[in-house]
Amino acid sequence: MFRSMGCAMAFAMAAVPAHAQDAAQLKQLQQRVERLEAQTKARGQSAFNPDISLILQGTAASLQRDPETYQITGFAPSGGEVGPPRRGLSLAESELVMSGNVDPYFAGKLVAALTPEDELEVEEAFFSTLALGRGLTLKGGRFLSGIGYQNEIHQHAWDFQDAPLAYKVFLGGRLNDDGLQLRWLAPTDFFLELGTEAGRGRSFPATDPNKNGAGAWSLFAHVGGDGWRAGLSYLRVKPNERAFEDIDALGGATTQAFSGTSRLWIADVVVKWRDLKLQGEYFRRRESGDLAFDDSAGSGAFGALTDAYGSTQSGWYAQAAYRVLPQWRAGYRYDRLEHGDVSNGIVDNGLGPTAADFPLLMTEHNPTRQTVMVDWSPTEFSRVRLQVAQDKSRAGVTDGQIVLQYILSLGAHGAHSF
Amino acid sequence: MRTLFSLMLLAAPLPALAALSIFACEPEWAALAKELGADKVSVYTAAGALQDVHRVEARPSLIARARGANLLVCTGADLEVGWLPLVQSQSANPAIRPGQPGYFEAADFVELIEKPARLDRALGDLHAAGNPHLHLHPRNIADVAAGLGSRMAQLDPKEGAHYRQRTEDFLQRWQQATARWEKEAAPLKGLTLVVHHRDLAYLVAWLGMREVGSLEPKPGLPPSSAHLAELLARLKQEPAKAVARSAYSDPRPAEWLAQRAGIPAVALPYTVGGSDRAKDLFGLYDDTLARLLAIPR
Repeated sequence: MFRSMGCAMAFAMAAVPAHAQDAAQLKQLQQRVERLEAQTKARGQSAFNPDISLILQGTAASLQRDPETYQITGFAPSGGEVGPPRRGLSLAESELVMSGNVDPYFAGKLVAALTPEDELEVEEAFFSTLALGRGLTLKGGRFLSGIGYQNEIHQHAWDFQDAPLAYKVFLGGRLNDDGLQLRWLAPTDFFLELGTEAGRGRSFPATDPNKNGAGAWSLFAHVGGDGWRAGLSYLRVKPNERAFEDIDALGGATTQAFSGTSRLWIADVVVKWRDLKLQGEYFRRRESGDLAFDDSAGSGAFGALTDAYGSTQSGWYAQAAYRVLPQWRAGYRYDRLEHGDVSNGIVDNGLGPTAADFPLLMTEHNPTRQTVMVDWSPTEFSRVRLQVAQDKSRAGVTDGQIVLQYILSLGAHGAHSF
Repeated sequence: MRTLFSLMLLAAPLPALAALSIFACEPEWAALAKELGADKVSVYTAAGALQDVHRVEARPSLIARARGANLLVCTGADLEVGWLPLVQSQSANPAIRPGQPGYFEAADFVELIEKPARLDRALGDLHAAGNPHLHLHPRNIADVAAGLGSRMAQLDPKEGAHYRQRTEDFLQRWQQATARWEKEAAPLKGLTLVVHHRDLAYLVAWLGMREVGSLEPKPGLPPSSAHLAELLARLKQEPAKAVARSAYSDPRPAEWLAQRAGIPAVALPYTVGGSDRAKDLFGLYDDTLARLLAIPR
């Protein structure tokens, strides 16, 4: 910066005709630049500290049904924290964010979540390259995956308090794997971005394989323009013994575990026009492999069985948020999941358990949810939101959910990502 | 996938038509870049003339345009803090990062006013470096023009003489215009105004006008009815001649107050494109002064 100021000075001298008046002006300008330089120098070492920001959140919830019994019937549990918030008053995750440039080649960022259960969770901790050029950026560490639209957006910047059902059921809320990401931005006036990720597969839909090499692969492409962005993403993982518990027709406990290949496609679109934001995503997952069933801890009627398993399931949501007044927004979201086709060899061979022994996987239930919200943001650093939902995630059960939420951000200015 | 990678790596940047591809954050800097570069530059503007510059988002189109830019011309002083860092990182263009010659901040060449003595968000949306709405003082435009012209010559040395000549020419015309404006605007000295946001502070200071209140209770907070009522009561004691706002802001609070206080509400173009007459920087100042001079005194 100093050098360029110097250039500006030298040039200003050359540019301005040498009248006496101009010379005086020039001297003034010179003095001003010198003063500004002196000020800049005075900032000192603390300028090397990373940018720090802190997000504080909390909820007050009133739920018709016990959140402990929450499940999305017809779909394998994703193991993520997908249920509604606790009833009554509770603290939500507090986020601590630190970021800065490492050197001319790398930037780094840490997003740590302090959970209300007094745990420290690393949501993101990654480096990204600054100087690869040619539109390329390499990211490494743990980061929110670039697949879909909402996945890369931090929870405190969502338009609703919770994730869409499709995110809950197909990604356990969101995907933040450990791995590498390479993005390429096309050199066109039209926005076109391609990316690929290789991850460890540390969480759902993968099962954290203990092996050399990558356990999760993804590809994504985004296109966009002045007020819109659309994308297509693909995620492939190979879960091994992805287990969950269920209850069979007799009420006995069972364990089921899927091993095979899971492929997920996501199509997303977001449109912003004046004070209106429309957002929608469609998910389609195909899983094929084997399902292991074991009721020896429960009724023990069939013991341990394994047979072929395949499923094609989908889900989507669409939402709109509208700025009604400068500080007020209102929003509506519709969620729907399609149970789709599930072929379970253990049931199909007709010798053992029936579909009724697989209530979670085999109940032909298409979960839906409708959500409305109103939020008030006195400044861009604070937001209070009231959200009401009619949630039909569980088969035959309707849950009315009312959540009041606050989100406060302190410190470094957040980014207005699209 | 391997073929996809090789495709990615092979794709070379498209040739730009003009020598310098300039990404201007705000319309005033786009106008200045066009004055200094003329046909040797192509200029893209991120924020619209009627858009609140604080509310810009890192739209996909901005990221795509920044990817091929040689020079970012922005205000700085944290005016673009909400979106520019994202555009700079997501565009994966090392040439336009902070500290590079390809990143030009107007605030580096200007002495900012209203530096907050205390940095506390309880006092509103403050900018640590000072008031960033610096382009409504002609001296600042001249200082920034000198800096920008030299930066353009540095980045495109082949056309250096062109930029130097254009800058010299612009500064001369600007100086003459400034002298004319200062003469014309002499009657505005001491004019009392209620403003909407702190975005007219440099204009008020330049013309020796006096600001008696602001529609925003604190910088960045939208006008509240309680604050407007209090302002109305205050205007009874200390009357103002007009309520002035920038074209991008919501007209309703200014009109509400103006109507009740019996004074005119004046919309100033604020930036190039903010009104029909504000077609370039000269038009911006001409129109701004004309609108202020039309206020009955």
